[in-house]
Amino acid sequence: MEIERKLLKRSSLERLVDMMRSDGNMIYAPQKKETQVVFDTIETFADMTEDYIVSNQSPKFVAFPKIEKILDFSISQEGIRQEGTQLAAFPPVVVLGCRPCDADGFDSLTAIFNWDYKDELYNERLKRTTLISISCAQKDDYCFCTSVKGHPGSTRGSDILLTRFDGGDYLAEIVTEKGKALTEKYAALFEADPGIEKDKFLAEVKPRFEVEGLVQKCMGMFEHPVWIEQSLRCIGCGACAYVCPTCACFDIQDEAAVSKGERIRCWDSCGFGLFTIHTSGHNPREVQSQRWRQRVLHKFSYMPERLGVIGCVGCGRCSRACPVDMNLSEHLINIAEV
Amino acid sequence: MADFEPKIVAFVCNWCTYAGADLTGTSRIKYAPNVKIIRFPCTGRIDFMLLLKAFANGADGVIVSGCHPNDCHYSTGNFHARRRWMVFRRLLEFTGIDSRRITWSWVSAAEGAKWAQLVNATVEEVRALGPYKAYHDLAGKATEKEVTHG
Amino acid sequence: MDELKQKAKELLEKQQVAVIIGYAEGTAGRTRAVFALKPEDSEKLIFDERCKQNLAVYLMKHEVKHLGRRGIVATIPVMRSILQVASEYQLTEADVHVLGITPEGKLIEFDGFKPMEHWLSGQDVGLSAGEKDELAKLDGMSMEEKWAYWKDELSRCIKCYACRAACPMCYCIRCFVESNRPQWIPIAANDLGSFEWHILRAMHLAGRCINCGECGRACPVDIPIHLLTFKGVMDVEADFGVTAGLDAGMESLLSSFKPNDKENFIR
Repeated sequence: MEIERKLLKRSSLERLVDMMRSDGNMIYAPQKKETQVVFDTIETFADMTEDYIVSNQSPKFVAFPKIEKILDFSISQEGIRQEGTQLAAFPPVVVLGCRPCDADGFDSLTAIFNWDYKDELYNERLKRTTLISISCAQKDDYCFCTSVKGHPGSTRGSDILLTRFDGGDYLAEIVTEKGKALTEKYAALFEADPGIEKDKFLAEVKPRFEVEGLVQKCMGMFEHPVWIEQSLRCIGCGACAYVCPTCACFDIQDEAAVSKGERIRCWDSCGFGLFTIHTSGHNPREVQSQRWRQRVLHKFSYMPERLGVIGCVGCGRCSRACPVDMNLSEHLINIAEV
Repeated sequence: MADFEPKIVAFVCNWCTYAGADLTGTSRIKYAPNVKIIRFPCTGRIDFMLLLKAFANGADGVIVSGCHPNDCHYSTGNFHARRRWMVFRRLLEFTGIDSRRITWSWVSAAEGAKWAQLVNATVEEVRALGPYKAYHDLAGKATEKEVTHG
Repeated sequence: MDELKQKAKELLEKQQVAVIIGYAEGTAGRTRAVFALKPEDSEKLIFDERCKQNLAVYLMKHEVKHLGRRGIVATIPVMRSILQVASEYQLTEADVHVLGITPEGKLIEFDGFKPMEHWLSGQDVGLSAGEKDELAKLDGMSMEEKWAYWKDELSRCIKCYACRAACPMCYCIRCFVESNRPQWIPIAANDLGSFEWHILRAMHLAGRCINCGECGRACPVDIPIHLLTFKGVMDVEADFGVTAGLDAGMESLLSSFKPNDKENFIR
């Protein structure tokens, strides 16, 4: 659909939060908690912070929680009982204040969760989620969205994109049908296009590498020594994967006691040695350099090849969270150059 | 609370305390039926995490008991256990886990009466503390909160 | 530190070491570990007050270990880590060449572990006043307050295991938390899973933690998990007079005992 532009005054956004909440939506927005900016539910607009570049962790959890129940089971004399997750119990969710890169991340996740098997849980959660993003007026050294087809003002993936302009009011770009339905529901709050020049209010993020060329190059780099050189300082934790808005790996576990339990899926990371270990004890990715290669190639070679999307949105979270300063964009530039 | 019956799990060694508890029975000494005894080869084998597993699975109190120092069937298992308990107990206190709910003891194979008295005392102490709701809640359904993303 | 660069270059030229593990300039004002494999790589080496990472973690890393003899830029926590893992038979004098850095920032070299132990015995290796204050604050809380505090802090845990990965003492190829036949500690980062994991980690570091604080610095969600093992540092010092990482010949705290270990709670 064609993008519609409207004015959403700051006072109207405050009211919008109240109204969406009283209509039963859970509203997640970035909040300052001690040293971090985290997405958590808000009661009023005042609970939210607008002073952040990106949140420490991505908002992917609204559709892909860190732990999710797949089914309950119990064993009794009558037999085995199984009960799947009640999809209808998923609450309607609004994510307010995610960044264009975060919204982009959901497109990557959707591609993965619908590659061959259509993942019910993810799709159902996403279906009930409305993304009201806020474009970026700030950036830092870790941001590189423009190198991976993103932009501080990109509308891709968002249902509505807000851009704050002079005086604190917002330009609202209505991107999807879901976004449109929301503006129609709360029509009184949305006013005529303010006619501002959006780009004036966006951060400038300079591209660092040319991604199409990188993707092409990655395809022939499986045996390259660069993976070992780059990953010597990687300590093999999963911080990068867990803060990443596109990492989708999970581990299925049965948590059971005697006669009942639940099957759950938990976030996992290809950076862990245990990720690929076989029952025999053989591990096809025995050392960290192989795991690092997997992480980079999965995002920049396998996903573009199989799913037609790049598995990275340039948010830079992995590099900010990394305890040993594995800086992804720096490594990508290095890969493009070797 | 009046009809609260504490669930107590006892981790005991095979050679002293288990035999001691046996003696309690053969001596026809009555004691509180709240205790479920789990027999181990030695206190040295009682992993600290088992105690927490007991709480996670619904226990309100725990007893850990073995041979008196110098009486270990394997010579030194209880000495090793004692060190571990000392470290573990401090850690429990630091993290706010209720260490009053764990009774540590040496009960020999000849101390049937001591075993009865130990169990009775533990049951009464834990009864006074009430159910260990804090830990049971922690161990509630793994994903309860996550249905709404926590 | 020209002296450090010069020394590193020399060691690499004379092939006395296969690699020098040190610090280099990183991104956004951070520093990072660097692995100097060729003499000219030693130009990258820096040292200043930002260089906090405990580099000893790399000594046991598969790919680094297999390079050969390792030279390492070592602050006091790194030296202590080396002695601690040496006491656990993970490292010998032949494996490592220590380029020590004194608290004043001076280069100091040791001919083997003994002189390093001797030098360390004259250094202040305890917790800082700030760290002691943090512990005292928690110690002063009631049981309910402590429980609420840790429950809240640990609720942020995502089980990325950065705390484990960053710790030189966590060198096990297969960690206890990965024992999955049956699953011993829940994989899920739920309340119970996180609690059990952090208790287990703290217990496994009792008498081994050298209070470098790397676990806390590594945590991407800023949980002060280092306090759990720091508490152990204070406790084992008080109860057993043991300080980790000062003696490569030290007996492991929890696989040894004294018949007169003093407690006051066993009935």
